[in-house]
Amino acid sequence: MNYQFKWSVLWSGQSGGWLLQGVITTIEISALAWVLAVALGILSGALRTVPWKPVRALATFYVEFFRNVPLLVWMFFWYFGVPPLLPRAVQDWIFNHGAEFWAGMFALGVYHGARMSEVIRSGIQAIPRTQFEASVAMGLTTFQAYRLVIVPIALRLIVPPATSESLNLLKNSSVALTISVAELTFQTRQIETYTAKAIEAYTAGTVIYLVLCVAIAAIMARVERRFAIPGLIARGG
Amino acid sequence: MLDFGVVVSNFRFLVVQGLFGLGGFAGGTLRLAIPAIVLGFVLGIFVGLARLARSRWISLPATLYVEFFRGVPLVMVIFWIWFIIPQLLRLPIPEYGVALTAFVIFEAAYFGEIVRAGIQSVPRGQVEAATSVGLTGAQTMRYVVLPQAIRNMVPALVTQMIVLFKDTSLASIIGYVDLTKAAQIVNNREIKPFELYLFIAVVYFAFTYSMSRFARRFERRVTAA
Repeated sequence: MNYQFKWSVLWSGQSGGWLLQGVITTIEISALAWVLAVALGILSGALRTVPWKPVRALATFYVEFFRNVPLLVWMFFWYFGVPPLLPRAVQDWIFNHGAEFWAGMFALGVYHGARMSEVIRSGIQAIPRTQFEASVAMGLTTFQAYRLVIVPIALRLIVPPATSESLNLLKNSSVALTISVAELTFQTRQIETYTAKAIEAYTAGTVIYLVLCVAIAAIMARVERRFAIPGLIARGG
Repeated sequence: MLDFGVVVSNFRFLVVQGLFGLGGFAGGTLRLAIPAIVLGFVLGIFVGLARLARSRWISLPATLYVEFFRGVPLVMVIFWIWFIIPQLLRLPIPEYGVALTAFVIFEAAYFGEIVRAGIQSVPRGQVEAATSVGLTGAQTMRYVVLPQAIRNMVPALVTQMIVLFKDTSLASIIGYVDLTKAAQIVNNREIKPFELYLFIAVVYFAFTYSMSRFARRFERRVTAA
């Protein structure tokens, strides 16, 4: 292999700024999509367990359809497919305000919302049915029982799987490069194109992703300890 | 306004070329997904066994392998393979080879974790019993542990296969003509993005949803048994 390493391409010229921009965009799009995903996940996860059949069916349709289709297809769908159907004025507004970022964020959030929903549903189903019955017997409405009892407990139960789902979301934000969102993978490609130093550029991108993932996992491990329900989850080690 | 006729008039290209890979392009979602699932699982068995090996010289590299690939986006891995392999071998590789290599290497890390969890779910007493009736380590693995472990793994395995099936759409980024790329090609000519992308979404859904139905049925049968 005859390859001349030149690591300085990563900080000379514009590369450093590009990488930083990329990291910021990756974090921004992931954070916004995460909020959307958690909101949709809690909503649809809870709705899939309520005692009304049409509501359950609707939530099930959302979850099954959105998580069983590749994220890339959703990116194209939301970015290329949906805007032309909107009124002219809305289209103009979107394309003047970073359409690719918002379409990418929306695709990421809706896709992971469906996946998050499964995590939350499994948390809700892990709660003994008697909790719900006791809440209703106390005089709470179904909505109150969910808001005050079921969902708070479920959220504390699902921290570990929700963490790994959140990391998936972060990693999947790289798919947004296909609709030219200037996130981290996009920027490493750009550095590679400008400097022809593939190994250096990809090493930088890879290391940054690893650091982000490890950092989030460490933070969530603390969250998990903080919110573990005493006596309910026995943890070894 | 919406015109799903575009799907009908390009059905042959989308499905025969994009899904099955029969036609002018060396492509096809299934032609990529099926070998990737099989080879990824085979490599994953080795990775999973290596993680459980008693020698640190084997288990540590396997652990690093798994943790590394689970911390990196698949898109990044595809780009790595796309650039590094031609550098190393000094010859250009077709997109198919690049995509298949990337998927096998990447997914083996995930399959490895499933295999490891499956093997660890087999009670220790089973191994002890097998050893005491005189089976060697390899025989114990082959006749006692793996058959039970694979049974426990099936739901997680199918889930991972669904993930891999969906991930093959990312091969379109490097120009491999799979279902997604086929839709892009047709769309460049017809400019009907909503209809075309919705159609391939339904095709992907038909495959992945039937896989997950199968997994659920199997799960019920195993727990009932």
